[in-house]
Amino acid sequence: MTLNFNDETFRGDYTFRNSPAAIRRFPFPFDQDSYMYSVNLEPHAGGREGSPFQNRFDVDEHYVAEMKDREITLTEDPLRCQSLPHMELAGWDFLELVMVSKSEDYPELFTLNRDGDRWHWINRPLGIEQRFTFLDPTTLPCGPMEYITRQTQGDHALLDQRDGNLWMDAGMVTSQADWSLDFDIGMNFYEWHAPVPKANEMGVFQRALKFLLNLQQGAPVRRLNWTMTVNPRLDTSPENYHKWGPEKRTITPENVGEKQHLRVELQTLWRLPRSNAIAFPIRCYLMSLEDIVSQPKWGRRLHRVLRDLPDELAEYKGFAVNRPVIVDYLSKFDDGAETSPGIFPD
Amino acid sequence: MPRTEFSPSIATRPVYAALKAHGSAPALMLADAEGAEALIELAAADPAVMDRAHLIYIPAGAAHGPRLRELGAKMYHEAPSFSAALERYRKALLDAKMGTQLYLAGTEGLIGQAAAEALAAGLPADAIQSEHRGSIARRMQCVHCKGVTEDVTTDPFVCSHCGLTLFVRDHFSRRLGAFQGVCVDAETPGIVPEMKEIKA
Ligand code: HEM
Repeated sequence: MTLNFNDETFRGDYTFRNSPAAIRRFPFPFDQDSYMYSVNLEPHAGGREGSPFQNRFDVDEHYVAEMKDREITLTEDPLRCQSLPHMELAGWDFLELVMVSKSEDYPELFTLNRDGDRWHWINRPLGIEQRFTFLDPTTLPCGPMEYITRQTQGDHALLDQRDGNLWMDAGMVTSQADWSLDFDIGMNFYEWHAPVPKANEMGVFQRALKFLLNLQQGAPVRRLNWTMTVNPRLDTSPENYHKWGPEKRTITPENVGEKQHLRVELQTLWRLPRSNAIAFPIRCYLMSLEDIVSQPKWGRRLHRVLRDLPDELAEYKGFAVNRPVIVDYLSKFDDGAETSPGIFPD
Repeated sequence: MPRTEFSPSIATRPVYAALKAHGSAPALMLADAEGAEALIELAAADPAVMDRAHLIYIPAGAAHGPRLRELGAKMYHEAPSFSAALERYRKALLDAKMGTQLYLAGTEGLIGQAAAEALAAGLPADAIQSEHRGSIARRMQCVHCKGVTEDVTTDPFVCSHCGLTLFVRDHFSRRLGAFQGVCVDAETPGIVPEMKEIKA
């Protein structure tokens, strides 16, 4: 597989686009015509050839542009990347996991040579070559978590495990669906999930936490989460809400297909070997409604899901104001036909 | 003033029980304004709680000082504000022996900041008790500029640092000792809902 990296933006003129191949491989999150929270965890052990589930850390045509966008966000607000002092070892664990996985899964893009603790890393798409000593922070330009997450698509949280809970004690968060790392850092699993409606009463968080506390090394798991975003914007942070908020009100029946995006997060969970921490990459995929309806199954299904979604969820996900226009647009692509099981297009 | 009962909310919104005495274990006590009454009731229930107590009181205009002093804490100190008391309080946390109980009483601003200091100093969370008394004003962090506005009593309110109009969330950070404030007219600049008094 050869990848061409798009020259595109996720702010300002929003030149982000999905190629026809990217549209076909989009991780559409609905395997049926309705949606409710659940403990939707499954092994992250590969998946359909060419899909974003195939490799441990999916690299796609947006890689280079996403890393540029991250750099812009970090320059404006360094608090998007924080690590409490006891999390450095977890940072090294995560750096190792990513470098090993990417160099094995994408040998034409990434190379890792290891001679004891003397490592040599080559990242061709970003033009980076680095020799460093594993576990020696003075040999990298920044901390290990920051170093590797500036080269890895998606947001990332590192969770410390203690007192029967997980604690969000480090993270790189520049493409979040409206939550603040700076506010949440140091919180436990129940605390950072506190704003989510319904799921707690349903027992979702209790069961998910119990499962995660027993997560084993070498047996990562994954889940999909989703929301709606106006314009292909990665930085939908609360910090900058007063800057991107007005764009949410620009949706009209004429532009909704082009401007309104389904935002899907492919979340994976990894037990780390030395620190016993858990790494939680949150990989974000964006696709316009126009592109979604190019796959008839997806158009029909998204219409039904969004039409029937409980108000509390639409409110929490922040698209209640635009729901009527969105559902009206999608209804034109729903002929009432049955949809096939599973998430993949027909 | 009796103990405040807050209405049910999300998991991070702190709730406060009544203080319970741990006998004559070493104790650090910090109260502001009406919080004094919680300590007076605590000592009435178990006078031994004062034997090894270091009590710091911020009257903030309340007249409970003399009665608190009479409770017989091993050390008693009055401070004009939390920031004036801060270095003394930090030193007390630093000097705290294993098994020291921290009793906090009064407003959410005081409890939030004092608990955050204690956690940062390494005091275990289960050694910290807090009881809410008096004003239900909140300590709010602006998610945009990160400035903290003390004593917020209305929703929305104006950030005292960046001037944005913020709505009052129940999401609370123990690390910051503050609730989160988020721009209320982000999507519709200038269209601000009517300010209302916040409720318990
Ligand atoms: C352990 C790593 C995890 C981290 C760091 C994490 C973090 C978060 C954060 C920060 C939010 C946003 C909350 C807000 O509104 O402020 C969220 C939402 C949510 N999380 Fe997690 N989460 C994790 C794992 C899970 C798991 C395993 C589940 C499984 C059920 C889950 C279910 C949810 C749900 C249902 C939402 C609401 C999402 C929406 O409706 O858009 N999370 N999570």
